[in-house]
Amino acid sequence: MKKRYLSTGNEACAEGALRAGCLFYAGYPITPQNELIAYMAVHMEGRGGVFIQSESELAAINMVLGSSAAGVRSMTSSSSPGISLKQEGISYMAGCELPGVIVNVMRGGPGLGNISAAQSDYFQATKGGGHGDYSVIVLAPANVQEMFDLTFDAFALADKYRTPVMILSDGMLGQMMEPLEFDEEIKPQGIIEKPWAMTGAANRSAQSIKSLYLGDGALEALNTKLQKKYEHIRTAECKSELYKCDDADIVLVAYGSIGRIARSSIDDLREKGIKAGLIRPITLWPFPYDEIKKVSKKAKKVLVIEMSAGQMVEDVRLAAEDDSKISFHGRTGGGVPTEKEIVEEVKELYA
Amino acid sequence: MPKFEKPRSMKDVATHYCPGCGHGLIHRLLCEVIDDLGVRETTVSVAPVGCAVLAYDYWDFDTMEAPHGRTPAVATGLKRVMPDKLVFTYQGDGDLAAIGTSEIIHAGNRGENISVIFVNNGVYGMTGGQMAPTTLKGQTTATSPHTRRVEKEGYPLKITEMMAVLDGVAYLERTSVDSYANIIKTKKAIEKCFRAQLEGKGFSMVEILSPCPTYWGMSPVESMERIRNEVVKEYPLGVIKG
Repeated sequence: MKKRYLSTGNEACAEGALRAGCLFYAGYPITPQNELIAYMAVHMEGRGGVFIQSESELAAINMVLGSSAAGVRSMTSSSSPGISLKQEGISYMAGCELPGVIVNVMRGGPGLGNISAAQSDYFQATKGGGHGDYSVIVLAPANVQEMFDLTFDAFALADKYRTPVMILSDGMLGQMMEPLEFDEEIKPQGIIEKPWAMTGAANRSAQSIKSLYLGDGALEALNTKLQKKYEHIRTAECKSELYKCDDADIVLVAYGSIGRIARSSIDDLREKGIKAGLIRPITLWPFPYDEIKKVSKKAKKVLVIEMSAGQMVEDVRLAAEDDSKISFHGRTGGGVPTEKEIVEEVKELYA
Repeated sequence: MPKFEKPRSMKDVATHYCPGCGHGLIHRLLCEVIDDLGVRETTVSVAPVGCAVLAYDYWDFDTMEAPHGRTPAVATGLKRVMPDKLVFTYQGDGDLAAIGTSEIIHAGNRGENISVIFVNNGVYGMTGGQMAPTTLKGQTTATSPHTRRVEKEGYPLKITEMMAVLDGVAYLERTSVDSYANIIKTKKAIEKCFRAQLEGKGFSMVEILSPCPTYWGMSPVESMERIRNEVVKEYPLGVIKG
């Protein structure tokens, strides 16, 4: 039976993880993700899992490395500066092919920045983040419901591809409260055998989990294998939402909470007689290049809106054939492009 | 007549360690203990970054890698979700007493029911014999060419003594592999260390003073004499806690 709750995004994310069968969480306090770690502290043990407040972000991601290696669905969460600290561990997870879910409730940077919402970790999330040639699947929720739904899905994706998956949220989405609805009987999806797990060499040979490959050509072979996997993910897992794009003269591209604000401005613009549409990437890696290419071909203008100095816009430029169609509107350091601001920007472009 | 054989827990492969290195010896000792305790099939270990990074090439039980110094955090994740397994880390002095100081102290303080084999040879062997936190006063290394001067490079870090003040720590002992008698004592200490975990007592650790002839610039025999004559003065042997 479906039940409705009033929930913050951070708590919806935590509940989505628990419903997906996450049985290990380690984290460290940082604003604006604190509701998430607190929710896990309250609920994890009662659901039979392990909660640890670690001594650092480094320890948290490495605890996840260990529990994931044991075959258990595992998660850590943080906000931007803490996610920077986790990058070493994420790189090891990618190299060791260990599943796991990492939540980034983004705040303003660089450095300590501030605790307001931002989208300035897009490059870090989608272009690797740590050292080495690797990618993590990046999911971008746009409301509290998606904080639950995408986190729920993230665990199955992580297990399926033996890869870290990142939920790229922001301080606004994390802390806002909205209705959340899910089936009380919902069961973990995509549960698979993990014969690679470190569970002891009983009735099988001893195993190791590692990212160190010293032999001639051995590391290149691992990288070839990883790239093949990433290529498959690119073709199989790309997701985006298209809103009124069919006849659009001007197409907005925005993700996360800005995707949602942009969507409201579409209706406003349509009322003013401007044929506007929206592409909202849901997976930021893999990025929906094909959708954007298709839609931008028909449109006269493409406007990318972000809470950053312009990061996703580079991927949109890669996707669109005609670079001259593309313009960018961004705010940084906690500034949020408003619906009115977006409408004004579009009107200017349209004039 | 009893035959001297490889422990079941040890793979029959050639070693990559330098001649006279203590790692091979310590590997064998802990494999013997695992055999004696009958826990090979329920053991999961975490190898460090450093000379022992390839430990899984020698140990015939499940072994995983950890980023440099994060070894106790990885072991924490493993042990918490598999409380019935014997989980131990194997760490050098750089991994444990420099880059991983935070992880080892907090794992100890949480009383994580894991065991730690801490191999102290006073240098970074893997990277070319640089100064470690445990390097002796007056010792010359690649990065202390003017010797370790306490006024600039600080003092040898007695991390095992530091760990003793933590309430979560159940057992600590420092041993050496410089002589037959001390090798036997080391094996007994490893057994006590693992038993502490199997009995659920909390965090346990053995610090083993071990030779690095290559970066001490000595023969294997001279290296053992150095442990006996110099290293134990800074790092006295014996049970520190438990």
